[in-house]
Amino acid sequence: MQEELFAPGHRGCAGCGAAIAARLILKGSGKDVIIVSPTGCLEVVSSPYPESAWKVPWIHSLFENAAAVASGVEVALKSLGRKDEAKVIAIGGDGATIDIGIGALSGMLERGHDVTYICYDNEAYMNTGIQRSSSTPYGASTTTSPAGKVSFGENRPKKNLPAIAAAHGIPYVATASIAYPKDVIKKVKKAISIEGPKYLQIHAPCCTGWGFDGSKTIEIGRLAVETGLFPIYESTEGKVTSVKKVKRKPVEEYLKAQRRFKHLFESEGGEGELKKIQDIADANAKQFGLDL
Amino acid sequence: MKLSIGAMAEPGSTRTNKTGSWRTFKPIINVEACIGCGTCSMFCPEGTICKVADKYAIDYDYCKGCGICAHECPVKAIEMVLEGE
Ligand SMILES: Cc1ncc(C[n+]2csc(CCOP(=O)(O)OP(=O)(O)O)c2C)c(N)n1
Ligand code: SF4
Ligand code: SF4
Ligand code: SF4
Ligand SMILES: [Mg+2]
Repeated sequence: MQEELFAPGHRGCAGCGAAIAARLILKGSGKDVIIVSPTGCLEVVSSPYPESAWKVPWIHSLFENAAAVASGVEVALKSLGRKDEAKVIAIGGDGATIDIGIGALSGMLERGHDVTYICYDNEAYMNTGIQRSSSTPYGASTTTSPAGKVSFGENRPKKNLPAIAAAHGIPYVATASIAYPKDVIKKVKKAISIEGPKYLQIHAPCCTGWGFDGSKTIEIGRLAVETGLFPIYESTEGKVTSVKKVKRKPVEEYLKAQRRFKHLFESEGGEGELKKIQDIADANAKQFGLDL
Repeated sequence: MKLSIGAMAEPGSTRTNKTGSWRTFKPIINVEACIGCGTCSMFCPEGTICKVADKYAIDYDYCKGCGICAHECPVKAIEMVLEGE
């Protein structure tokens, strides 16, 4: 039996995409790692005191400073002459990474720490009750961007953190999705083998926050990629080096399967919004050459 | 001043929490139909499907009954049945 480094008994919802992300990351990294997790669903479900799901050294930082804590761990290993013993990985949610932790992350990337920062992107603040983050996609209804008479939900586009990370000129930036597990494992292996700061963003659907049955977590993740709404690629020093090409499906196939986009199909004027979301997918396809 | 070590937890100790009690539907693998591809095991959020010989088996102590394994099995070898039936 292969050893599970992320133990069962954790409190993730049945069908939790973030838990799948954690398992895949550890399959890629192996046991010689030190993990830093900021506050968020993955941290909460994996460390109900006095238990831990982690079978590797794991530190809970604050919500905002995982990248700073990971930087410190890396420097400590270096100064103790023990750098060969473990790779340092931070695993944070989109709120922790793309909103409140972006300053700490930019500092970590800019100072050149040998750390792999991984964001599991479930596109909102799930742990505190589905509030929008800057990674929430256009048109999604959340508790702080609710769709209703005067709103079609989130009215700003998803912040492009992979591009911001790449702009630091770091050696490796990649996106991935839990729907393509071998790709996730491969990219984690690759990231930790490269010296310097690395950024990986893994799309991790959340059945509770997005509103779909827990059995469909992988199907929804696949549709995000197949519609072109979550492009999968790698980049080195700011240049895109590989892209996952797809036979593109219309965005409706992805959107209609989730409660957070339900209003787009029911409210007057929803069609115009669907068109705007299709335009986002088309622009991604053009930018990355996604179409097969 | 004497400093004590901060709060520490045993690695993997969430295992003491048997999440199998959360289940409404129970996945049953049809071993005859299973082709041993491992897809179910890769995707299970609980990591509770293990390889046994060349087939796969579910540890019901932890399976929450999400149904991902049944939904993703390429040969539909997993059926979800109402717990207790
Ligand atoms: C400074 C600070 N502000 C707010 C919180 C409350 N808080 C805990 S988790 C969380 C949201 C986490 O969102 P994300 O990082 O996307 O992770 P998710 O729960 O979605 O997996 C918030 C706002 C906190 N712990 N610390
Ligand atoms: S709310 Fe979403 S991310 Fe959080 S435990 Fe549930 S499924 Fe996982
Ligand atoms: S996914 Fe289906 S065929 Fe593959 S190992 Fe699991 S039960 Fe067997
Ligand atoms: S139903 Fe869900 S938790 Fe249970 S074995 Fe299948 S994938 Fe794992
Ligand atoms: Mg989140």
